[in-house]
Amino acid sequence: MLTINSIKKGIVIDHIKAGCGIKIFNYLNLDKADFRVALIMNVESQKLGKKDIIKIENVIDLDYTVLGLIDPNITIDIIEDEKIKNKIKLKLPSKVVDVIKCKNPRCITSIEKYVQNVFYLVDEAKGEYRCQYCDEVHRLEEAKV
Amino acid sequence: MLKGRHLIDPMDFSVEEIDSILDLADKIVENPEKYAHACDGKLMATLFYEPSTRTRFSFEAAMLRLGGKVIGFSEPNSSSVAKGESVADTIRTISCYADIAVMRHPKEGAPKVASLYSEIPLINAGDGGHQHPTQTLTDLLTIRSVKKTLSNLTIGLCGDLKFGRTVHSLIKSMSRYENNKFLLISPKELKVPDYIRKEVLEKKNIEFKEVERIEEVIDTLDILYVTRVQRERFFNEEDYVRLKDSYILDMKKMKMAKEDMIVMHPLPRVNEIAYEVDSDKRAYYFKQAKYGMFVRMALIMKLLG
Repeated sequence: MLTINSIKKGIVIDHIKAGCGIKIFNYLNLDKADFRVALIMNVESQKLGKKDIIKIENVIDLDYTVLGLIDPNITIDIIEDEKIKNKIKLKLPSKVVDVIKCKNPRCITSIEKYVQNVFYLVDEAKGEYRCQYCDEVHRLEEAKV
Repeated sequence: MLKGRHLIDPMDFSVEEIDSILDLADKIVENPEKYAHACDGKLMATLFYEPSTRTRFSFEAAMLRLGGKVIGFSEPNSSSVAKGESVADTIRTISCYADIAVMRHPKEGAPKVASLYSEIPLINAGDGGHQHPTQTLTDLLTIRSVKKTLSNLTIGLCGDLKFGRTVHSLIKSMSRYENNKFLLISPKELKVPDYIRKEVLEKKNIEFKEVERIEEVIDTLDILYVTRVQRERFFNEEDYVRLKDSYILDMKKMKMAKEDMIVMHPLPRVNEIAYEVDSDKRAYYFKQAKYGMFVRMALIMKLLG
């Protein structure tokens, strides 16, 4: 039986699509953490079938934009005194700066590297974003976060 | 007020602002001499990162006819761009010398980037297959001059609707005027991009139909806007040969059209309009080029205030 203790003060990132936990773990550089961190993969979930969870025994700054892009269905629980003090539901951000890159080889961002990659959400249901410069539409699942 | 603004996308200006440019262009057409000194002492920079004759000459002629002067380059190899200078640095430097700048660039969004760093009004003169807003102003002035309105028109767009930036800009602009209908005539391989169909036409509930043959719709059109089917877009030469033939507008097809239909083309023409059509009173593509210079004169005057 795998046992992961509850945390006193920190953050629980829950309802991560199974397999995406490692992506978030790496993005947050949690492998370099000097506090207690748990990445739990393939936990049974009524809603998702299987899910990943990350427990962080520390209060760190989270970039909700990026987390929303990696998986907009995840929830963030802020824990204090072993209780959930705040529950944050993520959604796709309306504007994304320098997180995904434009894949259009004809886009100016392909040659002018100082230019920020800026995208605007055009279809939330499909997870589609449009490049500010060339108007190319990117599906989030194809974009590299 | 358009003074000091940039024109990167045809949607940057409101319908009222576009109309004010067209109104001024009309006045210039009527009496060009009156505006011969409107830009005395002003300097325009033309930053052409790829070859262009019509658009560059049109802009240069426009500024010179307003009494202004022109500096610039017509290919990047003859400028600091060859040394690796960024678009941002080029426009920041040019902002120190000129009062207004015009940019053509093969990369999509380059003028948008430049506008973020420019201290002077910047005009997009074409960026890859993306936008060409001054061609759109040209098209709007032509349509309004001939049809006396920009509403209640049935517009056929024929040819390369996928990569044809003038088509995208024209659909976006004409969809802002009332009760216009679009007939999109193209091979399956060159249909308009999804974002134009969904976010412009479907979203605004605008009547449109996609067909593959001119003959199916030519008798219903008020305007036939022809673009070149680009050989280089096809993977298969046989497909190109088969498709290009179906888009040669000749007098046989023109006989099926309304007496007051007009034929437009952003030029250059290759073989999609037969030379026999040139003498038809409904052929407007060369007059369209002339309107292009007048509308650019009006635009320069407006942006310089």
